Amino acid sequence: MARLLQSGGLIAVLALGMVMPGWLELFTIYEITIYLIMAVLALSLAFIWGKGGIMCLGQAAFFGLGAYAWAVAAINFGPGLPAIAIAIAVPALFAAVLGYFMFYGRINDIYIGVITLAVTLILFNLINSTSGPQYRIGSALLGGFNGMTSVPTLTWPGGTPLGPADIFRLTVAVLVTSIVAISLYLKTTPGKVVIAVRENEYRAELLGYHVARSKLVTFTLGGALAGLGGCLFANWGAFVSPTIFSLVQSAQIIIWVIVGGRGTLVGPILGCIALQWATTKLGTQQVVQVNLVLGVVLAFFVLVVPQGIQPMITKALRPLFRRETKPATKERLT
Amino acid sequence: MDFASILIIEILGSIAILVLISIGLAVVFGMMKVINMAHGEFLMLGGYVTIYGTNHGGLSFWVSSLILAPIVVGLIGLLLEWLVIRHLYGRMIDTMLATWGISLALIGGMTMLVGNTTTGISTPLPSVSIGEFSVSGYVMFLIALAIMVFALLYVLFKLTTFGLLARATTQNADMVAALGGNPRRIYALTFGLGAALAGLGGAALAPLTGVIPTIGASYIAKAFITVISGGFAVIAGNLSAATLFGTVGQVFTYLYTPVIGEVALLLTAIVLIRLLPKGITGRFFRRSI
Repeated sequence: MARLLQSGGLIAVLALGMVMPGWLELFTIYEITIYLIMAVLALSLAFIWGKGGIMCLGQAAFFGLGAYAWAVAAINFGPGLPAIAIAIAVPALFAAVLGYFMFYGRINDIYIGVITLAVTLILFNLINSTSGPQYRIGSALLGGFNGMTSVPTLTWPGGTPLGPADIFRLTVAVLVTSIVAISLYLKTTPGKVVIAVRENEYRAELLGYHVARSKLVTFTLGGALAGLGGCLFANWGAFVSPTIFSLVQSAQIIIWVIVGGRGTLVGPILGCIALQWATTKLGTQQVVQVNLVLGVVLAFFVLVVPQGIQPMITKALRPLFRRETKPATKERLT
Repeated sequence: MDFASILIIEILGSIAILVLISIGLAVVFGMMKVINMAHGEFLMLGGYVTIYGTNHGGLSFWVSSLILAPIVVGLIGLLLEWLVIRHLYGRMIDTMLATWGISLALIGGMTMLVGNTTTGISTPLPSVSIGEFSVSGYVMFLIALAIMVFALLYVLFKLTTFGLLARATTQNADMVAALGGNPRRIYALTFGLGAALAGLGGAALAPLTGVIPTIGASYIAKAFITVISGGFAVIAGNLSAATLFGTVGQVFTYLYTPVIGEVALLLTAIVLIRLLPKGITGRFFRRSI
């Protein structure tokens, strides 16, 4: 029952996503698209951290690298599929190299959090300092703190660029496909090892699983997904700037996951969309600073609702499925 | 020869700066096993206290940076420890996330209070010339200050009752409680001490960089790297990591640009952490504090 509801829900979301742009105004499409792009980013951290137990505080690094890789590749090789491949490969490779040093060095969670965050902040400084004309990759100027403007948008095979409604549909498709792919992956043996490592690393290792390799794969896949999100982001705004790597950007991703619910996939997406909507609304008034509110929300959730919102909703809805106890417990386990 | 001595002073200066931005974090991490994500904002607050104390409060720079800033930021640290952090001891990751919340809130709050423009303060000491080269006298002061901070911490941890209790709590908090100590209070005071040191560091660096509510972000990466590479031993770890990274950073800064220096620093740290997962003092100088 619950599973049927889930798949039904996903198909409904997908269908809705495909027809929705026809009903909406252009501005609304833009606004919802950015929420959904960030939801892809939230999902990537939900996978790495919630499912894999790897506390990556610098998920923005992969997102930003994806966006920059798209921008550079699209300017040099044209905005087609090869550029998308590059936009996924660069952050994935970066995650793999970084992950190798972290997981094969057997460093613990706190260190991973700090190192990933430090990497993000240093990428911020690095990109920020590339404002001279000598900083170019091929024919793409990096632009320093001004960012890269007029980034080409993905084109159909024929050569016409995708419109806002198409980007919207693409984002919905990416999001739904990623949720399905991650759920299916977690049902395979390597996916179950991911959960086992999260639950008890030592035990998983004693059972003969290669913990470092499993973590490395999780981290790389999550980095690739975040990179894809970044690629969509660069397509959405035709613009990338170093603020994509900023401390506040990194913090927001963590806040979405914490508020939505660590350990779930859908919770962080809901948290992401709700908080982004709230942040946009807050941004239009001048009295209270957005960072102040975000910070208080984060501290509040850590102190008072550490499990996040989604588990609360699930708990509240459980009586509706009382007769179907089996799917309910099963859902809790996966 | 003159040039060599200038280069050595510059390297010592960048080591001293690393020490000043990271020692407060090192105390909290080494003694409490807590990474304080709001550390960068404590530095920022230290800078603001100094600037307001000097430019508007009529105090001399030395009084507001060496005395007022550590006291004010230390008290803010105690308050935040009481409000948020004391509920989370033993939940290491949650402390980290909650302090990140505090960090964002402090950035937002300060932006509301003072706006998001850089406020500056003039560098108090004249430059010193060696042969045909000259070096900022303020860098000399920073080196002296870093040495003073180490001396002070050594005395505090080795020769006072608080230091003894703090070190004992680090080893076994339950045993300290059983013997009549109060780990809660020691943790609170340690956190306050870390915040005060951050206030001092931020105050000392304010004349070099100016202060803006978001300045914490530019310190925090280097501070984290120094502290985790150093390991749990507060003084030996901080000193060894700061010496290594300060030298690497300054040499690459001298050869290329400050940003390349920062990248070199990070790469050194990542390789180091791969070789020594528990930090430098996890392997060497293990018996030191």
